[in-house]
Amino acid sequence: MSHFLDRLRFFKKVQGTFSKGHGIVTNEDRQWEDTYRNRWRHDKVVRSTHGVNCTGGCSWKIYVKNGLVAYEMQQTDYPETRPDLPNHEPRGCQRGASFSWYLYSPHRIKYPLVRGRLVDLYRAERKSGKDPVEAWEAIQADPAKRKSYTAVRGLGGFVRSNWEELTEIIAAANVYTIKKWGPDRIYGFSPIPAMSMISYAAGSRYLSLIGGACGSFYDWYCDLPAASPQVWGEQTDVPEAADWYNSKYIIICGANLPMTRTPDAHFAIESRYNGTKIVSMAPDYAEFVKFADLWMPVKQGTDAAAFMSMGHVALNEFHIKKQDPYFQEYVRTYTDMPMQVMLRKDGDRYVSGRFLRATDFDKNLGEDNNPEWKTVVYDSTTNSYVVPNGSVGFRWGEDGKWNLLPKNAATQADIEAELTCIDNRDDVVSVAFPHFAEGEDDTLLRNIPVRKLKLASGEEVFVTSVFDMMVSQYGIDRGLGDNLATSYDDASVAYTPAWGSKVTGIKTADLIRTGREFAENASKTRGKSMVIMGAAINHWYHNDLGYRSIMNILHICGCVGQTGGGWAHYVGQEKLRPQAGWAPIAFALDWHRPPRHMNSTTYWYFHTDQWRYEKVEADNILGSTAQAKYRGYQIGDYNVVSQRLGWLPSAPHFNKNPLDIVKAAEANGATDEAGVSQYMTEQLKSGDLSFAIEDIDAEENHPRNLFVWRANLIGCSAKGHEYFLKHLLGAQNGVMQEGTQGATCKEIKWHEKAPIGKLDLMVDINFRLNSTGAYSDIILPTATWYEKADLNTTDMHPFVHPLGKAVDPAFESKSDWQIFMRVAKKFSEIAEKHLGTVKDVVSLPMQHDSPMALAQPYGEVKDWKRGECDLIPGKTAPLFKVVERDYPNTYKKYTSVGPLMNKLGNNIKGIDWNTDLEIEQLKTHNGVITEEGISKGLPSLLEDVQVCDTVLMMAPETNGEVAHKSWSALSKKTGINHSHLYEGRHEEKIKYHDIVAQPRKIITAPTWSGIESETVSYNACYTNIHEHIPFRTLTGRASFYLDHEWMLDFGEGLCCYRPPQDLGAHKNLPAGLAKKLEGKKTLTLNWITPHSKWGIHSSYQDNLRMLTLFRGGPYFWVNEDEAKSIGLKDNDWVEAVNANGATVARVVVSQRVPKGMALMYHAQEKNVNVPGSNTTGKRGGILNSVTKVIMKPTNMIGGYAQLSYSFNYYGTVGSQRDENVIVHKIEDADVNWLEGDLTPEREAQLNPEGINN
Amino acid sequence: MTLNDFFFGAYPYLAGTIFLLGSWLRFDREQYTWKADSSQLLSNKNMRIASNLFHVGILAVFFGHLVGMLTPHSWFLALGISDTAHQYIAIYAGLIFGSLCLIGSIMLLLRRLNEPRVRAVSRKRDTFIIGWLLATVALGLSTTVVSIDHASHGDASTMIALTEWVKSVATLSVDASLIQDVNFIFKLHMFFGMTVFLLFPFTRLVHVWSVPLSYLGRAYQIVRVRKIRMN
Repeated sequence: MSHFLDRLRFFKKVQGTFSKGHGIVTNEDRQWEDTYRNRWRHDKVVRSTHGVNCTGGCSWKIYVKNGLVAYEMQQTDYPETRPDLPNHEPRGCQRGASFSWYLYSPHRIKYPLVRGRLVDLYRAERKSGKDPVEAWEAIQADPAKRKSYTAVRGLGGFVRSNWEELTEIIAAANVYTIKKWGPDRIYGFSPIPAMSMISYAAGSRYLSLIGGACGSFYDWYCDLPAASPQVWGEQTDVPEAADWYNSKYIIICGANLPMTRTPDAHFAIESRYNGTKIVSMAPDYAEFVKFADLWMPVKQGTDAAAFMSMGHVALNEFHIKKQDPYFQEYVRTYTDMPMQVMLRKDGDRYVSGRFLRATDFDKNLGEDNNPEWKTVVYDSTTNSYVVPNGSVGFRWGEDGKWNLLPKNAATQADIEAELTCIDNRDDVVSVAFPHFAEGEDDTLLRNIPVRKLKLASGEEVFVTSVFDMMVSQYGIDRGLGDNLATSYDDASVAYTPAWGSKVTGIKTADLIRTGREFAENASKTRGKSMVIMGAAINHWYHNDLGYRSIMNILHICGCVGQTGGGWAHYVGQEKLRPQAGWAPIAFALDWHRPPRHMNSTTYWYFHTDQWRYEKVEADNILGSTAQAKYRGYQIGDYNVVSQRLGWLPSAPHFNKNPLDIVKAAEANGATDEAGVSQYMTEQLKSGDLSFAIEDIDAEENHPRNLFVWRANLIGCSAKGHEYFLKHLLGAQNGVMQEGTQGATCKEIKWHEKAPIGKLDLMVDINFRLNSTGAYSDIILPTATWYEKADLNTTDMHPFVHPLGKAVDPAFESKSDWQIFMRVAKKFSEIAEKHLGTVKDVVSLPMQHDSPMALAQPYGEVKDWKRGECDLIPGKTAPLFKVVERDYPNTYKKYTSVGPLMNKLGNNIKGIDWNTDLEIEQLKTHNGVITEEGISKGLPSLLEDVQVCDTVLMMAPETNGEVAHKSWSALSKKTGINHSHLYEGRHEEKIKYHDIVAQPRKIITAPTWSGIESETVSYNACYTNIHEHIPFRTLTGRASFYLDHEWMLDFGEGLCCYRPPQDLGAHKNLPAGLAKKLEGKKTLTLNWITPHSKWGIHSSYQDNLRMLTLFRGGPYFWVNEDEAKSIGLKDNDWVEAVNANGATVARVVVSQRVPKGMALMYHAQEKNVNVPGSNTTGKRGGILNSVTKVIMKPTNMIGGYAQLSYSFNYYGTVGSQRDENVIVHKIEDADVNWLEGDLTPEREAQLNPEGINN
Repeated sequence: MTLNDFFFGAYPYLAGTIFLLGSWLRFDREQYTWKADSSQLLSNKNMRIASNLFHVGILAVFFGHLVGMLTPHSWFLALGISDTAHQYIAIYAGLIFGSLCLIGSIMLLLRRLNEPRVRAVSRKRDTFIIGWLLATVALGLSTTVVSIDHASHGDASTMIALTEWVKSVATLSVDASLIQDVNFIFKLHMFFGMTVFLLFPFTRLVHVWSVPLSYLGRAYQIVRVRKIRMN
C-alpha cells in the first residue's frame, strides 16, 4: 500500500528464524523486485537483424516496450544443422547488440533536411512563378548561386524541410539533368544488397527506370577478389562457416575471425576440438592468432611469397617426387594444368603464349561451333591432341558437352589428359618468366620440356602444358639443366621456402612444415585443407596475385570444391541468395533491359580527378617479357581503351546526351536499334561522337546528381577522400598537391584548370547523420533495420532472414522503398511536361556469363581506333541498346511487376527460364494494381512485404519450382541430370511470413556452386567437382594460367609474387607539405586500415557504447619502439600525412603492432572528436584522407571468357593498402578544433594554403 | 502578523510539515530517487577527507543542537552544568565540529564545481544544497562571535531564550516573541537552518533517513516470504 506505512510494522517483521537464529524470515515488501522484472518486460518481440555491412546475417529478437525499441537479444531458433555438426547459434555479436541505442540517438535523422542556402534559392525561384524544373535550371545557370551552396558542403547549415518540398527538388534536378545532360549523368551508390535487399532495390529500381547509372561497390571496396573471376569465372563463392568444422587443416590469413566474424568464430574453435590444426598468418598479434597452433608473422603485403613457397613444397613433394594419385586426378580433371600452351619466340628465349585452340588444327579437330574458344589437351590413351568437353566454346551455341567429364568432345570417347610431356618430350627450351621481387633479376629463365607441333597454318611451334610451365616457374629442379633449387634452403631461387623466408620474414622451417602438412592432410582426407582469408591480404594493389597464390596451392592439393577444403574468403561478399528473384526488381528488368551499370572504381578514379595525380607509370608495372602495344600509356589511358573496346562500362557514356544521340540518329533516318547503332558507329569512327572518358573534365561529362543510400560513401569508403571533397563536391579539402601528372595521358584531354564541385545535387538517404550526410545537399530520413520489412542473406550460413518492422519508422522517417516511391511519384508528375516519352541508348559492355564473353578470341587486343579492326558494336566495341523511357509512367512502373517477366522470362548466369507461373501466383498473392494505366492488372509492389515476396517467389533458392526450371535449363547445357540436387524440395515455397516465423534454409540453386544437403555443408565450387559443371572460364577448368595479351604484358599469365606497389604520395613531397614537416621528428609507415573491433560490420563506431569502449574518437596504432624514436606517448595527438591529405587522431602505442606500419581501424569518421589538421588547415580527415585509389590494367580486360565485365563481378578494384604516410606528433597546445565562425575568407579558402589548382 | 511572527511562529511548522510530509511522499512515490547520489565513482580525489570532515561535522552539529536545545533546562542544572558552562560547551563543540563541517563542505562544493566529471552529472539542486549547507554552517559559526561576547559577560539570557523558543516550537505552543530581540545573526542562521528542512525532501538529503543502522544487528541471512498479489 504505502512503502512508508509498511515499514512501520517493525515489530511484526520477523516471521520466524532458521539456522539457529542466523537467518530470519520476514514479510518485508517485495515490490521493488518488480523493477527488475519490468526492465525485461516487453509488449512484443519481432524478428529482425541489423548490419552496417555485416555478413553475419544473425537472427535477432527485437523487444518493443511502450512503442519504443527497448533492447535486442539473439534468437536461438535456427533449424538444426545435422548430426555430428555444431549448431549455428547463438549468432550475433556485442556490437550488433548495441544498435537499439542508435534508434533514438542524437545521430538519428528525424526530419527531411536540406542545405539552407539551397532551399532559400529554390524557394525564391519558385516564388517568382517558375515551375520546379525552371527553378532548378535558374539556380544551376548562375555560377554564383550554385557555388553559394556547393562551397559550404561539409560545413553544416542544414534546415528542416518536408517530404513534399524535398522530393520536388530532387525530381526537378533529375528531370533537368536528364533533359540537359542526359540520364547517365545521374548516379546512385549503395553497397551490399544482401544486408537489406529491398532497400537496395528501391534506389536501383528508380535509377534504372529513369536511366540513371547504378554504381558497383564490391570492386570499389576492394572486397571483390579479382582472382576469383580470373581463376574460376565466379564472382565469389565461399563455404558457409559450418564447413570450417569439416576441415582438418586450416590456414587463416588476413581474416580476423573472432573480431569480424564473431558469430561464426565458434566453428573454428569447435573445429580445433575436432582435431583440426590451425595455422595463423598475420603481421600483428591479431585476435585470431591466439586460436592457432602456429603463428607465422608475415611482413604485410608479402603473403603471396609465403604461399608460393609453400606451393613449392606441395608441388615438389606430391607431384614431382611422388605422384599423389588423388592430386593428379584432380588437377587433370578440374584445372587447366593439362591444357596445352604455345610458346612464343622472343629473341633467343621463349615466353609463354596463348592456349592452343581447336582452330590451330586441321578441320578444327572436328569442332564447328566456336572452335576458337575450345582449348586442347594431349590425350595419353590415344597419344593425340584432343578437344575435351567443357571449355567455354561448348557453353554457347550447342548443348550437352559443357561439362567436365574427361571425354574427347568430338567422339565422346574417354581420354586421359597428360599433365607433363617430360618423358615424351621433343625438346627442352629456355622460357622467360617475368619476375618482380625487389632486388632480384626481372626475369626467371627456366628450362621446360616441350613438344613440337605443326599448326594448321603451317607454322611450327613448341607447346607445353600449364603443369610443366608451373613446375619450372615454382623453381623446382627436374634435371633439365637449369640447375634450380637444390634444396628448400636455397634462397637464391625464387619461390623456395628459404627465398620465401627472405621476403616474408617467416622462418624457412615453418614454411616447409606448413606446406608439407597442408598437402599431406589434403592427400589423406581428399582435400580437407582450407585457407580462410580476408581483407588484410585482399586490399593490396596486387591482391589478385596474393589470392591466386593461395588458389594455386589449394588446386595443387585438390581442395577446392571439397567439403572442409578450399578457399574461404570473407570480405564484404555477402551472398545475395535470392539474386535471380531480386535482380529483376532491383534493376527494373521487368520493364527495361538492359539497365545502366557502372564500375565505381573507374567512375570515382576519373570523376574525382584522382587520375590527374597518378604517380604510378603503367610502363613501370609491365613484365619484363611484355610486348606492350600500349607502352607509354598511363593507367587512365588503359581504361579509355578498355571502355571503347567494350570491356568496362562507362558513365556517362558519351560526350552527348544519349537522348539526343537517338534523336539525331532518327533524324538521320534510323528507324530501329540497328539503325541507331549504325549511326553511332559512324559518329564514333568520325570522331563526332566520343566517349565521355576521353574528355572527362569537360562540363558535359560531369556527374550531376548523386544518390547515396544505405552507404557512407564520403565518410568511409571514399578512397582518396580529399579528392572527392575537392573535385566532386567542391568543398573544403586537404589535397596537398597540384596534380599535374595526368597531363601525360595520351587518350584523355588535359585541362590546365581542374574542375571542382561537379555535382549539382547530392542526396543522402540515411538514418544517421554521418560524414556523407554532412557533405550532401539533401538528407532524407530513412527507417532503421528495426523499422521496415526487408530480406537479409549471407554466405556464412544458408538461411534467409527477414528484417522486421518492430516499430513504425520513428519521427518522419520512411522505409527506403517508400522514399523512392515518393520520389518516383513526384518525378512522374514533373516529367509529364518536361520529358514525356523518349528513347535512350545504353552502351553495354561485353557481359560475363553471356555469349558476348566470346567477343574477342585468342586474348588478342584489337583496337578499332588504331585501325586494327572494324568497329562492330558488341564485338569490338560496346553494344548499343535502345531503351524507350516512358518518364511520366515511372511511378506506375516502380509500383508493379512489369510485362517483360512474361515476355522475356528470367535468367541468371547464362541460364534462362520461363517465369509466367510465378507472375500469375504473385497476382493472387500480392494482389494487382487496380488504378487505370499501364500497371493495371499487374502484381503490386506498393508495400515492402509485397516486394519481399516477389523476390522470394521468383528465386530458385526460395521457390522449388523455379529451382526445378533453372536446374533443368542447366542440365540441358551440361548434358548431365542435376535434378537430384533439388528434388526433395521441388514443391516448397518460402515466403516472407515463413522466415518471420523461423529462419529457412534455402533450396540448392544453379546460381551458386555449392549445395544444400543433409550430408555436406555448403562449399564453393562443389558442383564443379561433384556435378562436373564447368567453371565459367575459357578452359572450363580452374585457371592457373591466363593467356590474355594484357595479362601476359603485365607479367601475370602465371601467378607470381609482386611486392607492394610504391604509390609515391609520401616521396618527393610537394614544397608546401615539405615545409610544414621541416624539423619535425617523423616516421614513414605503411598505412594499414583493417576492420574495427569497436564498430565495423554490425554497428557504427560513433555509437556511444562503442566510443566508450576505446578512446572516444579516432585513433591509430604505432609500434612501441618506433613511437619512442619520435617521442610519441600513448594517447598523444598525431597526424598522418602525405600528398593526398592528412588525418589527425590519437595514437595507440602498442607492442602488438610490428614496426613499419600504422594501423588505423576502418570507418572512423570525422563526426566525433576530430580536430583540424595543422598541415592542411582543414578538418583532420578520415582514414582515407591519406589514400588515393589506383587501378590495375589487367582488371580492365573484357570480352574474353571469364575476363568479362559484370556488375560487382569483374573490373577495377579500389585498393588502398600499399599507401605510406608520414606520422608526427601534435602538441596538445597546437590542436585546433576549427570551431570559429564561417567567415567569407574561410569560405573562399577551399584548398590548403598554397594549393592553387 | 509581523515578519518575526511569520519566520519564527509559522515558518518552523511550514518547514517541518514539508520536511515530514515531503519525505513521506517521496519515499512512497519516488523510490528510485531515494538515494545519496554518490559521485565518488566518478572522482575519488580527496573524498576521504572531504566527505568525512563534512559528515562527522554535520552529524555532530546536528546532535549538538538536538541535545543542547531540547534537554530541559532543569536537567542540565541537575547534572551540575551551569548556564555558563553549557554556553562554553556549546561554543567550543560548535566551533570544532562546525569548522570540520565548514571545511568539508567547502571542499565538496569546490569539487562539485571544478571536477569536470562531477560537474557533468550535477543537477542544479545538488550544487545548491551543498552551497546552502555551507552558508548555514558559516552563519552558525559566525554566531559564536556574539555568543563568546555573551559568555564572557556571563550573560546566558540569549541562550535561554533560544532554547525556550525551541521548546515552544517542539511543544506546539510557539511563541515568536521569545526571541524577538536576539541578535539578527542568530535569526539568519535559524532561517537558513529551518530552510534546510524545507529543502530536505527535494534533494539528496533524503538519504539521511535511510542510514543503515539495522546492518549493525541484523541476521546473516534474510528470507522474505512470497506475497501473491493480483494486480
